Amino acid sequence: MARLYEYQGKQLLKAAKVPIPQGEVATTPEEAGKIAEKIGKPVAIKAQIWAGGRGKAGGIKFAQNPEEAKKVASDLLGSEIKKLKVEKVLVEEKLEIDKEYYAGIIIDASREVRAPVVMFSTEGGMDIESVPSEKIAQMPVDVLRGFRLYDALNLGVRLKVPTKFLPAIAQAVMGLYQTFRSYHCRTAEINPLVQTKDGKILAGDCRMAIDDSSVFRHPELGIEVARESPTPPTELDKIAWQIEEGDLRGTCYIAQMVPEIKELNYVGYHGIGGGGAILGVDALNRQGLKIANYADTSGNPTAAKVYRAAKVIINQPGIEGYMLGGFIVANQEQWHHAHGVVKALREEIPKRPGFPCVILLCGNKEKESMEILKEGTKDLPGRFEFYGSDKVYETEFLAKRMKALILEYRRDRGIKEE
Amino acid sequence: MAILLEKNTTVLVQGITGREGSARAVFMRDYGTKVVAGVTPGRGGEDVSGIPVYNTVEEAVRAHGRIDASVTFVPGPGLKDAVFEAIDGGIKFISMPVERVPLYDILEMMAYAKVHGVKLLGPGSIGIMSPGIAVMGWLGGTPEFAKRVFVPGPVGVISRSGGQSGTVPWAIKEAGMGVSTVIHIGTEPVLGMSCGDILPLFEKDPDTKAVAMFGEIGGPYEEEAAEAVRKKEFTKPLVVYVAGAWAPEGMRFSHASSIIERGRGSAKDKIKSLKEAGVHVVDRPDEIAPTLKRLLKI
Repeated sequence: MARLYEYQGKQLLKAAKVPIPQGEVATTPEEAGKIAEKIGKPVAIKAQIWAGGRGKAGGIKFAQNPEEAKKVASDLLGSEIKKLKVEKVLVEEKLEIDKEYYAGIIIDASREVRAPVVMFSTEGGMDIESVPSEKIAQMPVDVLRGFRLYDALNLGVRLKVPTKFLPAIAQAVMGLYQTFRSYHCRTAEINPLVQTKDGKILAGDCRMAIDDSSVFRHPELGIEVARESPTPPTELDKIAWQIEEGDLRGTCYIAQMVPEIKELNYVGYHGIGGGGAILGVDALNRQGLKIANYADTSGNPTAAKVYRAAKVIINQPGIEGYMLGGFIVANQEQWHHAHGVVKALREEIPKRPGFPCVILLCGNKEKESMEILKEGTKDLPGRFEFYGSDKVYETEFLAKRMKALILEYRRDRGIKEE
Repeated sequence: MAILLEKNTTVLVQGITGREGSARAVFMRDYGTKVVAGVTPGRGGEDVSGIPVYNTVEEAVRAHGRIDASVTFVPGPGLKDAVFEAIDGGIKFISMPVERVPLYDILEMMAYAKVHGVKLLGPGSIGIMSPGIAVMGWLGGTPEFAKRVFVPGPVGVISRSGGQSGTVPWAIKEAGMGVSTVIHIGTEPVLGMSCGDILPLFEKDPDTKAVAMFGEIGGPYEEEAAEAVRKKEFTKPLVVYVAGAWAPEGMRFSHASSIIERGRGSAKDKIKSLKEAGVHVVDRPDEIAPTLKRLLKI
């Protein structure tokens, strides 16, 4: 899912008339100080990262005045919280909290639902998973009918929300649903939905993720890579996304597993087909090898798409080998893969003599694909091994061959470690 | 016999003049499927290797009478319209070999199909094949390859992985058995027919003696299969492999239906739920065929 930061989500909520605390995002301590000055009262300074439990991990701090805000922001900016680097902070008025509610929407894929489910709870401020079910009111939404204001009111009524606060809470839930719907979210959550001591209802925090396949409908959000990931995209992820963006012919998926390779035993991994590709990773791990990236080119992509994927994978600094893990007897004509990979190898292998490549390609047009691979690489200075259908389940064997070739390549380069 | 796709099922190809649509329509027809017509707006009156092309589904139905099923070779953002059009044309089974479909489009299709009693397969399903009878989608790829890999027999196959929906039947054939119907349920975050919907159909099919299922992390599908077994909606032997034990939460492995969300959908949970229902869970995919052989005493 393409996740949004808290400050981005809150702007969308504001546009849907959900009240949010006064505040702005800052990238430097000076900016943070200026925002605090503008707010003119005690502020909360919140690290903008994609992680739950941010408060407990030290990502939310308070400041009494602009000077203090500047100091706190300088501590937070550039620090690491839950292994994520803080590059932005949200500076907001500190809320005087009387009570915390929860409002959230998910997509339920189970066979009896297959629809969005709106959830509301009088127990906000904590992980909704830990709230007892009798404290949660929920409603699956018939998308042909939509979600109406009286639905939101009824969720509150069911949990006995005092009438005094009910309309404002229902408005906030409604605003959340409207945002969810118009921005094509996969999930959206206001937690906590705050009731302040002076009786106002505001979105205290906000987590949202946009459906990857709908990102193209929202260029205004500036999402760089429309892919699920627990962390922001790396440079490689961005390059890899360019291969996929705007080209609907088959799938090319590449995700970097480590930002920088500082040790031996990393392999550039090019899988075909999600299920099968996962099997290959298990086997490589058992040989003490790690994957620098995960990748999948399937759904009958063009040779051009496969070429660009292979090129990106082989170009990762620090890898010691390339594996094309086609652990499937594919229905797609595999010669597109053969052509694409050969083109990438012809450009890349001369730059790294002896580089090991273990290539498994099975299924439709397998024989022709093997000929393309052998013919296309016979004059290249790499170490190539090609396998077909009879090895499709031989994950251990292929992982061992990868390891053996890597050790030979290491000896070429005078590296003694095994 | 087979399920969903039988000898007399008439099939429409939406998007028949495109790169995939034209190639697969011919493949499907050459394999034995009753491909009666295709649709591409603005190309009515043409033909694709003898298959007549119409501008709209309504026009095709008017020319051919009732059409049982449709397969949609259209880009993701155009799928919703294609499916609504097929439903309005009275088609009762739609297979959608289409990825990267906007989520709300999928939800609206699901809701509209439910109202009209239409069965949807996918999105992101590479298809369904009843070996020796018919195929929809690009499962099998070419007639020669399809004949080599998929042979008729007593095992129903349900796969969450497109590639494995070819590999599992291949392994079953290598072990001296064959398959009744193979179904890939698709890759998108919300799917039409899933394991829990398909198992009861295999239960009713007299030619299916057992089912093999290639599972994956993420989604409720394996748990729903376990539920169908617990409720005795499926009582034949069921052999399941679940891929992705090593995958961390929140990371996506290739397709959107295989993401572990909110701590749910891990391989461990799925295996536990299947085992508790009495399903045969194997540790490696190459154990699927030998296990079936043992259970079927072949």
